[in-house]
Amino acid sequence: MSGIWRGAGRRLFAHSGAVIALCIIAALVAMALIGPWFSSNRIDTLDWAHVAAVPGMAHAHWFGTDRLGRDLYVRTLAGARVSLAVGVVASAVSLSVGLCYGAVAGYVGGRTDLLMMRLIEILGGLPLIFFIIFLTVIFGRSELLLFLAIGAVGWLTMARIVRGQTLSIRRQEYIEAAIASGAGTARILCVHVLPNVIGAVIVYATLTVPQIILFESFLSFLGLGIQEPHASLGTLIAEGAGEMEAAPWILLVPGIFLALLLLCLNIFGDGLRDAFDAKEH
Amino acid sequence: MIRYFLKRLAGAIPTLMVIVTLTFFLVRVAPGGPFDQEQTLPPEIMANLQSAYGLDQPVWVQYARYLRALAHGDFGPSFKYKDFTVTELIGQGLPVTLELGTIALGLALGLGIPIGTFAALHHNSAADYAAMSLAVLGLAIPSFVVLPFLGLYFGIHLHWLPVAGWEPGSIRDLVLPVIALTLPPLAYIARLTRGSMLEVLSSHFIRTAIAKGLPLHAVILRHALRPALMPVAGFLAPAVASIMTGSLVVESIAGLPGVGRYLVQGALNRDYTLVMGMVIIYSTALIGMGLIVDLLYAWLDPRIRYRG
Repeated sequence: MSGIWRGAGRRLFAHSGAVIALCIIAALVAMALIGPWFSSNRIDTLDWAHVAAVPGMAHAHWFGTDRLGRDLYVRTLAGARVSLAVGVVASAVSLSVGLCYGAVAGYVGGRTDLLMMRLIEILGGLPLIFFIIFLTVIFGRSELLLFLAIGAVGWLTMARIVRGQTLSIRRQEYIEAAIASGAGTARILCVHVLPNVIGAVIVYATLTVPQIILFESFLSFLGLGIQEPHASLGTLIAEGAGEMEAAPWILLVPGIFLALLLLCLNIFGDGLRDAFDAKEH
Repeated sequence: MIRYFLKRLAGAIPTLMVIVTLTFFLVRVAPGGPFDQEQTLPPEIMANLQSAYGLDQPVWVQYARYLRALAHGDFGPSFKYKDFTVTELIGQGLPVTLELGTIALGLALGLGIPIGTFAALHHNSAADYAAMSLAVLGLAIPSFVVLPFLGLYFGIHLHWLPVAGWEPGSIRDLVLPVIALTLPPLAYIARLTRGSMLEVLSSHFIRTAIAKGLPLHAVILRHALRPALMPVAGFLAPAVASIMTGSLVVESIAGLPGVGRYLVQGALNRDYTLVMGMVIIYSTALIGMGLIVDLLYAWLDPRIRYRG
């Protein structure tokens, strides 16, 4: 077990792209978490002396300001904080639901498995993205709902992956040994099955986070996600896209931040998958 | 083959019914109605409006009526765009969305498969790395970031192409939206093709084909491509879904008069019939693509034909 992890770790760190991506992610996350503290501006401070100020060192707003004189640096970082929070929480939701569902389906097997997988197939065939658009439009724009709705989309694939892994684990001798020594289904699932599928789960989860951040920005871009005066990267980009002829930096600052974040998360996720995928080595 | 297709088709109809039913009741349990305005209407007028659109009936009756009209191909009148039927509204916008989407899907396939094959043939070369780095880039950066960036550079900085706007028949208006819409599925298809092509190229029958002296292009085209395209075929339905959702934002950024705006606007306005129409159009497109994928699978892999 630990051998697999050490090997994966070594392969991951041999993958220079993934390491660089991880460093950039760490820097971006740190900036989003503590960056706003180092600025005297707040996300809703209006500086009427510097409306739509060009980025530069001449004034207090190094990354410029928007139409209302709000500091873009602080707004982008605060927006990134929201986007990251949604990404992590919604991934955690989809991860835990998918993990439980997939483990039960794979371990119990038989008719239960057939039914549970049939349900996933049906849900997968539905245009879920449209349902989420509805749900957010219809039942107000609560952030809790946003988390749940986005998380609800990701769990289908997760459940499939976990089920596949569980199916192969179920036939292992240590499971047989556990059954023979009288362990109950719940105990076997928690103690023997879940720890052994966690590798695949982590890999998929790291690839889920950027997807969810992208999806949240997409909803916010459409005006369905985070509401004023709060901002996520999606709302900031939507704002910037409307102003890009006169003040392109309002688009560029959050746009580049989001692009860089998603790019690094994807590269890191790919590196992690390659590191765990023994087939390639 | 025909039996197989009919079986799949029969499976698709209940799915569509579930979607129609779910949407119908979802939009109706939502708070607010299509005739809510800033100032409340006098109750008599409200009652008249409600009865004119059949909203005073029990919801089951409304559902039955809607289904009956739908069976005759009638999506009903729009609640918000007065004097327009949903069929007219969608009929005006759909050609634009369809044009945008088909070009994007065609380009994604037409470029993605050759790029992926090329990368697989030159495995671990500089070209392979370059193609796959670009693929990660295309995959990671959403179209609503790509399109404004493209507009900023090619539209505002270089003045080559219009940033937004639409004249019927103008190709220049479509260039940037199409690029933004094509990149994500293009990147994904290139990656999928490369991965499966690598796997196929290392298999025994390819080694045999090369050993008996077939030229490389014949090996690729006649032997390797077909099995290597299986995962790409599987991605077609998600690709269509991604292009459809992408077109929601791309149309709004580029100011194209497609149907994308009706989905969000319709839901915000509680324009019940318009939302229903959009969901039916989108789901039918998705399910239809799923059927095409099933057929493609059967064509690409004969084993499926006999099992199904």
